[in-house]
Amino acid sequence: MSAARDHAHPNPGAEAHSTQAEHGGSHGSMRDYLIGFFLSAILTAIPFWLVMTGAIADKQATALVIMAFAIVQIVVHMIYFLHMNTKAENGWTVMALIFTIIIVVIALSGSLWVMYHLNHNMMPMTSHEMGQLP
Amino acid sequence: MQQTMTQSAAPKASPEQITAAFYDLNEHDHPEGGSTMLGFWIYLMSDCLIFAMLFAAYGVLGGNFAAGPGPKDLFDLPLVALNTAMLLFSSITYGFAMLAMEKNKVGQTQLWLLVTAVFGAAFLSIELYEFAHLIHEGATPMRSGFLTAFFSLVGTHGLHVTFGLVWLFTLVVQIGTKGLIPANKRRLMCLSLFWHFLDVIWIGVFTFVYLMGML
Repeated sequence: MSAARDHAHPNPGAEAHSTQAEHGGSHGSMRDYLIGFFLSAILTAIPFWLVMTGAIADKQATALVIMAFAIVQIVVHMIYFLHMNTKAENGWTVMALIFTIIIVVIALSGSLWVMYHLNHNMMPMTSHEMGQLP
Repeated sequence: MQQTMTQSAAPKASPEQITAAFYDLNEHDHPEGGSTMLGFWIYLMSDCLIFAMLFAAYGVLGGNFAAGPGPKDLFDLPLVALNTAMLLFSSITYGFAMLAMEKNKVGQTQLWLLVTAVFGAAFLSIELYEFAHLIHEGATPMRSGFLTAFFSLVGTHGLHVTFGLVWLFTLVVQIGTKGLIPANKRRLMCLSLFWHFLDVIWIGVFTFVYLMGML
């Protein structure tokens, strides 16, 4: 992250359109990549280990834990590999990311929620249930 | 009444002043490629939406087995773990290519790009082997809603990796002929974003499709 700060221009207003190298934001350092790699390796290995050995008996708990690991790993990738920071492109990359996350959350949760209820309400009925219909 | 009179009597702004108030007349310099990185990032975000829709489709259809095979009959977790490792290795080697690029070392950049390509190709080969194995067992995309959604999601990711590889080889050749000129550096930075982005998508794939399928 130190490289990220070195690259951020001191005066964004005056140098809004600066040179190539600065425009790409930062590229990170060897240290950044190694930290990112080791964190990712650990954050990948633990969920695989949990599922393959069944270390947590409760399946729902396992699912929640591996989802949490996935989210943490995505953040690690964003910071150490994609070099996201709030200063790049005067904050527009973060803006675009936040907008995308909002759309993704609405689309995913909306689809799952609506389709779950659709499935639930159109569940095939037994003949006994049929007879109980008004 | 009096007030409105005084207001209308106030000196009017000249057309030039009005123009200057609404338009930026000081055209400043826009260097070539100055907005490429932001534009490419926005492209990636739109790609992210494509994958979000495929994940949503998998979430909705993932349980429709049509009396066919389910995840537990089909997936081989050690193979997926190997695949994940390949993609993760390719991510860090691409990082090394970027570090070599910053030091303006053409040969070293090309070398790390080719190492990345090897890992990327290994990932694709394992994935194609898995697909061939599934289809051989009769688990084709036509078999059930679950398999349609699975092949669409994982296949789209694989297709992205394929195009990433094509792009990568193109850049290796371009760096070889033109050197690390600003345009090529910009292209390498775009591919860097693309490559790491695909790794991010894969985190979602192995978590939601493979690991949660095997629970």
